Formats: sequence, structure tokens, C-alpha cells
Amino acid sequence: MTTLERETSEATRPLPRHRGVVGGRSYWWYLLPGFALLAIVIIVPLGWNIYLSFTDYRGVVSPQWIGLENWTRLLGDATFWLSFRNSIAMIIAMVLVPTLVGLVLAAALFDVIGRKFGSKLASFLRATYYLPQIIPAVVAAIVIGWILRSENGALNELLGMVGLGSLERNWLGDPSTALISIMAVLVWVQIGYPVVIFMAALERVDPELYEAAEVDGAGWFRRFHAITLPQIRPETFVVALTCTIAALKVFAPVYALTGGGPNNATIVPSYYTYSQFFQSQQVGYGATIATALTIVILAVSILFVVAQTRSERADQGH
Amino acid sequence: MQTTIETPKTSSGTPEPAPKFKKTSRRSLGDWIVLAAIVAFALAVVFPFIVILINSFKSPTDYATGSPLSLPTSIYLDGITTFWERVNFPEKVWNSFFIAGVVAVLAVVISVLNAYAIGIGRVKGRVSLILLFLLANMLPQEVLLYPLYTIFRTIGLYDNVWSVIITFVVIQSAFGTYLLSSVFGTFPKEILEAAAIDGSGRWRTLWSVVVPISWPTLGVLMVFFFIWTWNEFLIPLTFLISNANQTVPVAITALQGDRLMDVTTTSASALLGMIPTLIFFLIFQRTLTRGITAGAVK
Repeated sequence: MTTLERETSEATRPLPRHRGVVGGRSYWWYLLPGFALLAIVIIVPLGWNIYLSFTDYRGVVSPQWIGLENWTRLLGDATFWLSFRNSIAMIIAMVLVPTLVGLVLAAALFDVIGRKFGSKLASFLRATYYLPQIIPAVVAAIVIGWILRSENGALNELLGMVGLGSLERNWLGDPSTALISIMAVLVWVQIGYPVVIFMAALERVDPELYEAAEVDGAGWFRRFHAITLPQIRPETFVVALTCTIAALKVFAPVYALTGGGPNNATIVPSYYTYSQFFQSQQVGYGATIATALTIVILAVSILFVVAQTRSERADQGH
Repeated sequence: MQTTIETPKTSSGTPEPAPKFKKTSRRSLGDWIVLAAIVAFALAVVFPFIVILINSFKSPTDYATGSPLSLPTSIYLDGITTFWERVNFPEKVWNSFFIAGVVAVLAVVISVLNAYAIGIGRVKGRVSLILLFLLANMLPQEVLLYPLYTIFRTIGLYDNVWSVIITFVVIQSAFGTYLLSSVFGTFPKEILEAAAIDGSGRWRTLWSVVVPISWPTLGVLMVFFFIWTWNEFLIPLTFLISNANQTVPVAITALQGDRLMDVTTTSASALLGMIPTLIFFLIFQRTLTRGITAGAVK
């Protein structure tokens, strides 16, 4: 609150007002509180974290500079590479599956349900898909984890009821199924997000287009391919980028369900960092993993932006 | 680089009427098949909610003798009350509500101040500024975690809700600045000039002209910041150690491995974890579905 009050007193000072509405130095005052906070909470900690990645800091004795030691250790660390391999599984669960399924769902909701059964029903179904997005990710994980319990859990009971008792297993405790279980949580959580975004994108499309295509005898798939997909392309980029970043940051479901186990089967970079910081007391090494994750996220974002700009240019070239 | 700055579709925030389709009576068999598939999929999404709901009202013996999919033989509230008292649930809801509420308001204020300078003031170097804020929002929180933990320990804010509030005000307002800068960038100049001619200073123009006109967008942002902050996990988990300061998601997770919790109490804990945000969603559903696409639409 104090920064705001300080800001008020500064901004109410009489300011030179002859420069008209736009431009001028006095607007800098408005950036002051936001920038001061940004420096304290983001810029300084980020620099500090990068510095720690070159030290042997363990949280107690002051850090000693050890050069690239952490970084060379990182490159040879099988667990680190495994955590990134698991990140790819997270990307499949949070980006690939929801985007593809979301495209089909949004198109069907818009092109069939909305037009043939009324937009009320389409909105209702859209809200239903979006439900898992609203609850905290960690609670979503607990819900799915509860269904997957090994001792008389709902999924195992279900399998037993329909005569597939042989498939019953300890889903979260078995290294071969633990990662799939975490992925299931993420698919369930993510599915509604692209549907909502894509449906909003489709509202820009003139319904006459679909009507005309239908009159011309274009089937559902033709309409999807020729009208829906091109219309949704800008949104697809945004959804893919934001979800990829989110997938690289996955933490809560792993923390709540498996703790990265069994045998590191579900370890992800974020959890690996956390365990180095607060369980192994290897702060310097944890800072190195966190910095590496940041570099990956930046690289992915730049790649996406470049790809998006290229595809826009190609569109304009048409 | 300029091309990456997206402008949201509506800065007015007024609900757009859904396209009014002429409901044709010509529903082919294919349409019915699509409907059946879509509804089946919706049921699959809702299924976990239903399982949690019916099992939160069962006694452990009822659960053990029946199947997880059968309705409770009698309504059993002990699971819910046990959990409610174990974690002192009202206290946790208040912590979450206080943190998320204060963050929502302060982050919008900071976003407005930043965006006023960038979008309307058009300060020098605004493109780099916007990129800086965008970057701040994208960073993985792990990279800030240990230094912030050290800073808050040093200044005595560790294990205090204000450590979490300050952190999220910055992270959320970074996104808010990015979004509002493009909204304010399209703000009608005539209105600003008229205000200046009326002798209104910049400070007054901001609060009596710009903010009221963009209020719908600010409302959407506020709802978003509230829900995002409520659902956060890593930073509250690290900074709020003592039981009395914990948020709902952290408190629920802390009890998961507890051997003393029987199976239906665990189910009740998940149910109670979902309820606050679901209520919030129902209240603000219209605002939200409008706002989800803000920033995603060219």
C-alpha cells in the first residue's frame, strides 16, 4: 500500500501540461511503482538465481564460486534428461491431445450443435468441458488420484465390474503406469481451454459460409477442413504456445500424486528443482536446473513467435 | 517483434450476442450421432466430479461394501465434518480469499498505472517494456523461488500471507500490463484531448476518464487474477509453512498422505477443495467466458 500512497503524492505534483496529451516525461512516474516491484520480485531474484547456478550454495554457508561445475554436472545428469523427457509427455497431454480434440469438439459444437440444436445447448456443453479448468490443478490431481487409488479405488472396481479385473493395478505406484496417470490428470484439466478459445474464434466466422458450403453439398469434414481450420489458425498458435509453457512448468500434480516417483518415473524439471532446493539442500544445483528450464521456455517462445510471423507472412503472400 | 503484441477482441467488454442461428428442423442422422458423441464426451468429463460427489457422503463401510459408483445407502456427513474440522476449513478459505482478493485489486491497479504510461503515454522504449513484462509473466516460478525465499526470510515476511501477495501482484500485473497496454493503445484520442482541454490533469484523466471507460475489461482481469491466484500452488507451498497461514490447495494436499484419513474423508477433502472456485465460477461465468479469449484473439 505504501508504494501506492507514495505514488499518489508524486503524481499529484503539478506537472508541466503544455505538451498536450501524448508523449512527455511525466508519464514515467506511472511506471515507478510497477517497475520497483518488478525489480524486487523478478529482476533481482532472476539475476541472483543465475549467480547461484555458478556456486556450491547449500543454504547455510555463504556461496563459493565454482564456475561451470554445476552446468557440466547437469549435462551428464541422467535424472535431468529424464525430467525433460517427461516434459515431452506433459506437452503431449497438455498441448497435443487437448488441441486436436478441442478442434474437433469446437467445430462439432459450433457447426452441428449450435446450428441444429441451438446455441444454448452448445454454450452449456462448452461450460461442462471447461469445468476441470476452474478447480485448482492440485485438487484436480487429487480427484483423479482418488479414482486411481490402488486399494478398492473407483477405476479398479469399475474394471472388476465389467470383467476386466486382470487390468486392475496400482496405477500411481507402478513405474509403467504412473506417468500415464499424471498425463490423464492433465488431459482432463486442459481439454476445455482450447474448446472455449476456438469457439470464440469461430464466432467471427460468418454462419452463411457454413450454410453455403452445406448447400453446395460439402460434408462435415470438408467444412471442417476448408472453413474451420484456416479460421482458427491464429488462436491455435496462442493456445499451443501458452499450453506448452504451462506444460514445461507442471508441478502440482506431480507433487501431490507421486513426488516424482516411483524411481523418478514421473520427475519433471520443476519438481526436480524443488527437491534440490528443499529436500537435498543443493541450492546451487537447483538454481542451475531452474535456469536451464528458463532457457528452454525462452527458446520455445522465440520459436513459436518466429513460426507465427512466418505463417502470417505466407498468408499475406497469397 | 511488433507483430507479437496482440490486441484483445473487445476492449468494451460488453457481451457479444451469440450468433443467432436459424434452427433448422432438418436434423440428419449424422447430426444426432454427433450430438450423442459430444454428450458422451461431456459425461466423461463430468464423471470424476460425480464420483467424488457421491462418495463424499458415504461412510467408509458403505464404501467398502458397495461399489464406488453406487449411491450412498444413507447420507453420512462425518467425512465432510471430520475434514472441515481437521484443517479448520473456514480459516483456509479466508486465507485463500484474502490473498486472492488483495492480489486481484492491487494487480489491476499496478497494471492500469503501467499501461497508462505505455499505452496512452507512449513512453520511449515501450516495445521493450512490454516484452520485459511479458517475460516476467512467462518465467518459471522456480527461478525466483530461492532468492525470494531468502529475501522474505531476511525482511521477516516469510510464512506471512503478504509474501505471497507481493509476489503474485507482480506476476499477475505483468500479464495485466501486457494486455492493458494494447487495450489502452486503441483508446480514442478525442476523449483524452477533450479531457485535457477541460483542464483535467493526467492523474485526473486516468481515474475519471480512462478507468471508468475500460471498467469492463478491468473487471474481467480482476476475476482472472482472483482465480489464478486462488489456484496457485508452488509459491504458497514454499512460503506459507505454518498451518494457520495455508491456502486451501496447500492444506488439502498436506493431508493426502495421512493414514488417519479414511477413504471417504479423502473424497470429501477433494469435494471441499472444488466447491469455492466452482461457486465463484457460477457467479462470474459470463464475465469469464468472455475474458478467456482476451489476449488470445487477434
